Amino acid sequence: MRAMVYRGPYRVRVEEKDHPAIEHPNDAIVRVSRAAICGSDLHLYHGMMPDTRVGMTFGHEFIGVVDEVGPSVQHLQVGDRVMVPFNVFCGTCFYCARGLYSNCHNVNPNATAVGGIYGYSHTCGGYDGGQAEFVRVPFADVGPSKIPEWMEDEDAVLLTDALATGYFGAQLGDIAEGDVVIVFGAGPVGLFAAKSSWLMGAGRVIVIDHLEYRLEKARTFAHAETYNFTEYDDIVVHMKKITEFLGADVAVDAVGAEADGNLLQHVSSSKLKLQGGSPVALNWAIDSVRKGGTVSVIGAYGPLFSAVKLGDAMNKGLTLRMNQCPVKRQWPRLFEHVRNGYLKPSDIVTHRIPLEHIAEGYHIFSAKLDGCIKPLIVPSA
Amino acid sequence: MTETWTYGPAKPPLPESTSVLRERIPGWGADLDPKDRPSVPKLQFDPHLSGAHWEFPERQPEKWPRERSIEHAFLTPVFGTSCPPRGLSGRIRRLAYARYSEGRTAHWLLLLGADRVDTLGSTLWSFASRHPDNLLTETGVLSELSHHGLSSRLGRKRTDTIHHPLDPLIVAGPWLLVAGVIYKALRRVARTRTG
Repeated sequence: MRAMVYRGPYRVRVEEKDHPAIEHPNDAIVRVSRAAICGSDLHLYHGMMPDTRVGMTFGHEFIGVVDEVGPSVQHLQVGDRVMVPFNVFCGTCFYCARGLYSNCHNVNPNATAVGGIYGYSHTCGGYDGGQAEFVRVPFADVGPSKIPEWMEDEDAVLLTDALATGYFGAQLGDIAEGDVVIVFGAGPVGLFAAKSSWLMGAGRVIVIDHLEYRLEKARTFAHAETYNFTEYDDIVVHMKKITEFLGADVAVDAVGAEADGNLLQHVSSSKLKLQGGSPVALNWAIDSVRKGGTVSVIGAYGPLFSAVKLGDAMNKGLTLRMNQCPVKRQWPRLFEHVRNGYLKPSDIVTHRIPLEHIAEGYHIFSAKLDGCIKPLIVPSA
Repeated sequence: MTETWTYGPAKPPLPESTSVLRERIPGWGADLDPKDRPSVPKLQFDPHLSGAHWEFPERQPEKWPRERSIEHAFLTPVFGTSCPPRGLSGRIRRLAYARYSEGRTAHWLLLLGADRVDTLGSTLWSFASRHPDNLLTETGVLSELSHHGLSSRLGRKRTDTIHHPLDPLIVAGPWLLVAGVIYKALRRVARTRTG
């Protein structure tokens, strides 16, 4: 089969790879119909995530059609059109039994601090991902869901991570009616977090970024008030000014490890790998939120330490809430919101790239060329 | 007068009332009640929710000694099988897993070091294969020409363009280093023969 493979920092290509095999009785093999490149894939692409091996296939956002099932699979059949959450999870461990599917303890031998994620390095379990023609899906009776008849492929693929994570991030903010919410980052997850904040009753939603075209999308798609941090000497002071010097009730870090805005932080983490991630957006979130407020972290960071302003967080009495999103837990409610027209995930898709051109796709997304917000990968194009 | 709000007990007024927001924004307040939020509360005990028909999953066969964190009691019943450890990078990875917990910086630095060794070794090895690495196609840099590389950057208020020039160094640096080492070695051999 044809599959994207990692060749080293900033280098990927498409190769002929062995067709994935059933390795466990509850495995399924899925023929991928749509995949996406996620902002967090860029951390792998840039060589930031420890134990990212040459030859691995990335891709944790994908949908497809069941091609083969293992002998113990009961809920899926060959030919079913399925969406697969980015989390690999068993469904019955201590964490899964409590709904924390993203923290499953039975799927990642390489680390206890993170669950299993498709195509996301050996630190997240060593599973090949869905930027390929076929992919192995463990625990087929637990993870994937049949895509509802009425749902379009491009909406479904964005439910496997980006929309679910943004929606989850808004929930972590514990938003109450009339709250002021600042979302740092106008990428796909930030846009969905901003949009979801309104569903939870926010009274004002502010989005911060440095890319004008993404801020434009935040205004039109997420109905948000936007600010370009490059236009202000100090974005935290500006946030205080526009919130009557109180600060926001809730701040969401939807940027994660490669945040810009402070060259030293960015270079020391993204380029020199001396930190688990550049905590610029997280520190801005901590400083922009009011005392007693909540900071929600859904941006991804690596396992090394980062220079986070914990002193400010402690002294302000903040609540810091964070996790990888337990995607499947979000789906029933999100299906309702998509069906009611409250959310239209595919509105943020800007590029559809054939698998054979995936190297260009990574570069366009990484360098933010051509107004790129969300690139999808089409294996059969 | 702005200080009045912050230094008094009341919360500042919103630019728009919630009734206006409900009109303007589709779905506003649909999840206002925390009971409608799927991840509230965080822990919801229900061992039968997931569709699993096991209490502890069957074990996946271990086809080679699978590296694992020493913070795990045993190899997890299911695991990924992409890219088994190999060569020098594999040895470094096995050491990182066998010796250091996830709490130790050495664990992660060894793994990052192994990644760089893997890249270098795989790139060199590729030149002896039928599919040698190609910097131009693998970096996707040609899309700069087809996807508005210049106009996406020039005249925009982007901060990331400051560090973009570092990217080619990160990609090409190891190649230049290896080329330099080979050149020096060959030169030394040539000198020894002529001298």
